[in-house]
Amino acid sequence: MNLAIKDIRHGLFRFVLTCFGLGLLMTVVLAMIGIYNGLVADALAVVKAPAADVWVIEAGTQGPFAEASSIPADTRDAVARMPGVAEAGAITYQTMEATHAGRTLRLYVIGFEPGRPGGPQRIAEGRGLGTSHFELMADRKTGLVPGDTIRLGRDRFTVVGLVEDAMNSGGDPAVYVTLADAMALQTALDPAAARVQSARGDGGLRPPTVAAVIARLEPGAGVALLTATVRQWKHLSALSQVEQEQLLLASVVDRARRQIGLFLSILLTVSAVVIALIIYTMTMEKLKQIATLKLIGAPDRTIVGLIVQQALILGISGLGIGLVLILLVKDNFPRRVVLEPFNALVLTGIILVVCLAASGLGVRAALKVDPATALGG
Amino acid sequence: MTPDDILVDVKGVAKHYGTGETRVDALRSVDLRVHAGEVIALLGPSGSGKTTLLNVIGCILAPTAGRVELDGDAVFDGKWLRSDLRRLRLDKIGFIFQAHNLLPFLTAEENVSVVLDLAGWPATQGRARARELLDYLEVGHRAKVKPALLSGGEAQRVAIARALANRPRIILADEPTAALDSGRAQLVMDLLRKLATEQKACIIAVTHDEKIFDRFDRLIHLRDGRLVEA
Ligand SMILES: Nc1ncnc2c1ncn2[C@@H]1O[C@H](COP(=O)(O)OP(=O)(O)OP(=O)(O)O)[C@@H](O)[C@H]1O
Ligand SMILES: [Mg+2]
Repeated sequence: MNLAIKDIRHGLFRFVLTCFGLGLLMTVVLAMIGIYNGLVADALAVVKAPAADVWVIEAGTQGPFAEASSIPADTRDAVARMPGVAEAGAITYQTMEATHAGRTLRLYVIGFEPGRPGGPQRIAEGRGLGTSHFELMADRKTGLVPGDTIRLGRDRFTVVGLVEDAMNSGGDPAVYVTLADAMALQTALDPAAARVQSARGDGGLRPPTVAAVIARLEPGAGVALLTATVRQWKHLSALSQVEQEQLLLASVVDRARRQIGLFLSILLTVSAVVIALIIYTMTMEKLKQIATLKLIGAPDRTIVGLIVQQALILGISGLGIGLVLILLVKDNFPRRVVLEPFNALVLTGIILVVCLAASGLGVRAALKVDPATALGG
Repeated sequence: MTPDDILVDVKGVAKHYGTGETRVDALRSVDLRVHAGEVIALLGPSGSGKTTLLNVIGCILAPTAGRVELDGDAVFDGKWLRSDLRRLRLDKIGFIFQAHNLLPFLTAEENVSVVLDLAGWPATQGRARARELLDYLEVGHRAKVKPALLSGGEAQRVAIARALANRPRIILADEPTAALDSGRAQLVMDLLRKLATEQKACIIAVTHDEKIFDRFDRLIHLRDGRLVEA
């Protein structure tokens, strides 16, 4: 006869309500974990998109994601000629605002050379960029669909394809345009004074610049060797893909990550206290019944089993409800919520430990209770 | 009667609650010997220490002084209370409480069979025994009902069934018939008597019910924490 389950069934409504409340709390915890993961994944998405091995950037900077990096566009040719390099592409990044269907969109404009590294890995819908001007591929989150047109700078671009999960660390969705269009956009956005200068004729003296050049290596070529070679050049520096990712996490999203991380630990602490309190109160309410059980001769193991089983059932049900709820609502968040099975596993571990620790408190009180308290007469 | 027949042997037991100003001497010096097959009544005015004596015999309260032996086992030797009393209670002692103390989350039948479950009986046998006892006490039709829905008398009869379930040899009852009409009170007394004879058990019952005095082998009065046999 399982006393724990009999007791739960006796007060089923209340128990279910408690589980549901705990489930909501677990939903918030899981959402926080998902937001945290999403933030990291989003930030890395833009770095991972071009599937590069090496990033060539302006010397003395941390690369285009941390600060402004500007190198001559013809660096690409020099990099492409280096030994071990399979292919290289120049790339630019800029954030701009545009209006579409009466909405203001903040867009992360990525310029790349079609046919060279820098473009998206996968096109979800439509086609890639052709050779003609003023075409773009947009992230699905922009709300644009193939065939739409949108004004960027002085020109109207046509959406030809859609991509997914492309955005900057601020969550602005990306659009891909050709490098030529991106560089034209850049000049259009230059301060008026600069435009006046270039109109006078000295514009030709300033070579066109890009944010970075990315290179993919031939199989077997050493990343370290290439970055070392590039660094010898006066105005250039190089980062491996791994360094670029670490830099991004350490500099750009570090504070947001720590903020959410701290909040997550507070949430976990609150959950632990709430679970402990619920379980402790559940036991305290049963002290008289526990005394009766002792009186009729129940061994400690029966009493410990009653408390621990109920605590575990509560914790696991709460967690289960939380998981179901978060899976139902996670796509409605404005930013990506990413949950890995590993996260659910770790949270399960934490909840189990908290439940056991909390039932430890209850068990202590239950074992101390004098069977005589059951008598009351 | 041989010494083997002595189920309860209480010698010079004293028990006081509190100290100093608030000290209450519930038992002063109690000597009591109960043999197998005996049904005895414990009488006395309210506050005379009847419940206290039952609790000492039932190993729920440690006496302050004296000696307690149950079925030849010393449970209190004047200083130390034996520590593994839980199993002893399960096997040898059946309690019928003044307040019925049924577990609210179990049905009447389960409240009885839980004792057998704890004692290691197979579930089906435990259920059958529970039904048999409940039927005998005329509460069989309420077997599937939780205690909250039982009347006081029904709950008391379920509690009696629980006390008898494991065929204990020492049955301690605190006013077992208080919530019963006289017909059922007689029935319970018959059952206890039958049990005492068949299983060589002894019964110590606190009672105020004069109508059943004739059902006891001995009437024992408690006065000022001492026993006076009538
Ligand atoms: N836990 C306790 N702490 C202090 N005093 C107690 C305690 N339990 C009982 N007493 C006191 O000990 C004395 C004997 O109590 P006991 O419960 O044994 O009486 P009783 O004969 O069962 O009475 P009743 O017929 O009313 O049930 C009473 O004076 C009572 O107030
Ligand atoms: Mg009493």
